[in-house]
Amino acid sequence: MLSVVLAPFAASLLAPFLVARLGDRAALVLALVPAALFGWALANLGEAYPGRVEATPWVPGLSVPLSFNLDGLSSLFTLLITGIGTLVVLYAGGYLKGHARLGRFFVILFGFMGSMLGVVLSDNVITLFVFWELTSLTSYLLVGFEAQKPEARRSALQALLITGTGGLCLLAGLILLAEAGGSWELSDLALSRSWLQDSPLYVPALILILLGCFTKSAQWPFHSWLPGAMAAPTPVSAYLHSATMVKAGVYLLARLEPALAGSEIWLYSLLVIGAVTMLTGAVFALLETDLKLVLAWTTVSALGTLVFLLAPSDEPSVKAAMAFLLVHALYKGALFMTAGNIDHEAGTRDLTRLSGLARVMPLTFAAAAMASLSMAGLPIGLGWVAKELIGTAKLADDIGFTLTSATIANAMVFAVAGIAALSPYLGKRSEAAEHAHEAPWTMLAGPLVLGALGLVFGMLPQLAADALITPAAAAVLGQKPVLAIAIFKGVDWKFLLTLATFAAGAVIYLLWRRFGAAWRDASAPILARGPDRGYDRLLAGLASFATWLTRLMQPGVLHRYVGASFVVVALIVLASAFRGRFTLAMPSDGGLVVEWAVILLTGAAAIVTALATTRLLAVTALGVVGLGVTMIFMVFSAPDLAITQFMVETLVVVILALVLIRLPGFQLGTPQQRQGPAALLLAVAVGTGTALLLLGVLAEPFDTRLAEWFAAESVPGGQGRNVVNVILVDFRALDTLGEITVVAAAALGGLAAMMRVGRRRADAPPQSNLGEPR
Amino acid sequence: MEPVLAILIGVLVAVAVWLMLSRNFVRLLLGFAMLGNAVNLSIFVAGRLTRAAPPLIADGAVAFEGAYANPLPQALVLTAIVIGFGLLAFALVLAWQAHVRLGTVLTDEMRIAEPLPEKKEPAS
Repeated sequence: MLSVVLAPFAASLLAPFLVARLGDRAALVLALVPAALFGWALANLGEAYPGRVEATPWVPGLSVPLSFNLDGLSSLFTLLITGIGTLVVLYAGGYLKGHARLGRFFVILFGFMGSMLGVVLSDNVITLFVFWELTSLTSYLLVGFEAQKPEARRSALQALLITGTGGLCLLAGLILLAEAGGSWELSDLALSRSWLQDSPLYVPALILILLGCFTKSAQWPFHSWLPGAMAAPTPVSAYLHSATMVKAGVYLLARLEPALAGSEIWLYSLLVIGAVTMLTGAVFALLETDLKLVLAWTTVSALGTLVFLLAPSDEPSVKAAMAFLLVHALYKGALFMTAGNIDHEAGTRDLTRLSGLARVMPLTFAAAAMASLSMAGLPIGLGWVAKELIGTAKLADDIGFTLTSATIANAMVFAVAGIAALSPYLGKRSEAAEHAHEAPWTMLAGPLVLGALGLVFGMLPQLAADALITPAAAAVLGQKPVLAIAIFKGVDWKFLLTLATFAAGAVIYLLWRRFGAAWRDASAPILARGPDRGYDRLLAGLASFATWLTRLMQPGVLHRYVGASFVVVALIVLASAFRGRFTLAMPSDGGLVVEWAVILLTGAAAIVTALATTRLLAVTALGVVGLGVTMIFMVFSAPDLAITQFMVETLVVVILALVLIRLPGFQLGTPQQRQGPAALLLAVAVGTGTALLLLGVLAEPFDTRLAEWFAAESVPGGQGRNVVNVILVDFRALDTLGEITVVAAAALGGLAAMMRVGRRRADAPPQSNLGEPR
Repeated sequence: MEPVLAILIGVLVAVAVWLMLSRNFVRLLLGFAMLGNAVNLSIFVAGRLTRAAPPLIADGAVAFEGAYANPLPQALVLTAIVIGFGLLAFALVLAWQAHVRLGTVLTDEMRIAEPLPEKKEPAS
């Protein structure tokens, strides 16, 4: 199965070369890849129950294998992905004929195909997640394919952000799920319901996974990206945004149904979100004039229906969900392609400007009509079968809310089927229809095949049921259900309800023809405040938060950076100091007088430096501190340090004086230079922490091994009796070389800077500060 | 004497931090020099103190006889003193040049690299 998933990726790599050589005829060659995979999936249908798992090691260190599972559910999706994929590739060859970036288009499209196959075949949750994210990425690239259009870029980004955020939630949810369920394989998790749902991780895992699925499958309130995604070329809308990718969330819900379903939180979140999405999509579909947007909103509605049907997790509902999934993929794919044909041949998809196309585009009309029969649920389409099953499922629930909302949504979808299939084709020829003509065969094959399949399955429902729907439902339910489907089961009140739905739908359609424009005008101000606006607000808020945070963290004010750094230092030293033991034991011998004198002098000089209001005093006090340190080195047996420190200190004072004389005085009292109590507190905190830390270090027993080693090796190893010098020039000679290099670099840098100052002086002498009062 | 020196180091560090928090670049550099002294001293003290026994091996001997000061911190500090000096000298030249070019030693006013943001930026 690994090769099945990899095949589209291979085609993806080859696509640009084929397009470069064959032009748009490359589509005919490329379509062979999904066609072959379709054949593979058909040939393996018999094995679909109870499923077959294959694993290839991938990241053995993390025990993440590339494991794939082919069961009824993945078979159904694989057939949809490869079958519709074949037709879409053909279609794209016609639709994007002569497009400069056709090669790139196929690269991404085949990348998507492989990723989507990976999603529906993966058994390992991490593998699944990786492919899931790949579908989001390829979707982003395809929505933004016409990247020169700002709205395409916006829509692409919106789709990526919403599905990407959901993807992160999903990853967290899957990890929790695997922890709670005790396995990273979906086929094992399906058996873990009994202990999984008692785990405290169950609820957080479920919520996170639902967020992932709902964002991917455009459930309310995350649905706004899907209509935006219609900025993509039509083959993409037909493929990703109706038939396959948006169903990934539904797929994962179905896949995890054995493990997660059955709880109240599952039941009610799916039921409510599904119903709201179903109704929202249906209402909004009636308010659009762009044919693709109408279809996009009905897709939202259909996805809501699917989620809704997965809520109760009983046999009738699951069967209905699987049947509707198949039906929807067929008719919506076909309808999108016919919409694309109209757009391509008539130059517009605005429903108010389209009518009477039936005579100029008879085959497109035939395809649209067949698909609409299915969509409306009229008796000869597969949609009828699905609607029947849905009706059974709803009644089995016996929840008034579900029945009502489903009936209302069904009536509206019936009306939209009329809008999509009838209004552009019937009536008087509009101006746009005048110079339209029929689409090429590559663009007719897809809609005609899909539309006809819907009818064939509708007339022979048992065929679809045995081959596809029952095995898929079996995978979801974990047992093999029996599915008996009859086209007509006699007149009962369910049948009458269906008739009533049709009648209501027809009325809505007629009302739409009459009052559609008025509805749009009336609803425009309300729509302006939908989740799409919320998305804009959220993005703007995020941007201003980022600006605020950056200003806070990067104020461009040096003393704030220094302050922040010292706050961290204070926390670290104080925390470490209080972890160790320390004593304030004074030296047992009381210390020598000279030691106390030097230490007190140094401390006093340091405080004078802090308080000095003139530069001269500050530099002098600093020099005294340096000399005090020199004497401490001297007293405690470090003559080399004392000599070096003495020389350096002298030089520092000289250089300081030389530089300071050219700079203005302190003016400490001015508001710009005043330091507040916060700075004092911070200084005391860092100082105290350092002292405590050092006391803690001193309280620990001292390890003398290094000192002894250097002392023992100095004469035999380094031929020197001054051990400090031997360490510097022999044992750690490379460090000393580095030190010399640093000093040389500093000298060169200082020299360069001074020469620059000198040049500037020569050009324009700046104000001298020599006579400035101290 | 180590604990007393630890407290002295605490005082030096506190003064250094106080000076470095100043908006005046010159005081910041004074604090920087002070911090260098404090850190060197703390390395020295952490290696323990020994009175009147420098790590010098007597002529003719190949090893110490009796107590000797720990040579390793001394070697480390010696490197640190020199590098600290190089850094301070370079920073002082920078301060001088900054004053010549920008006409200020106040860090708030040195804003060439990170200029103040416009009052109202479009958030996007």
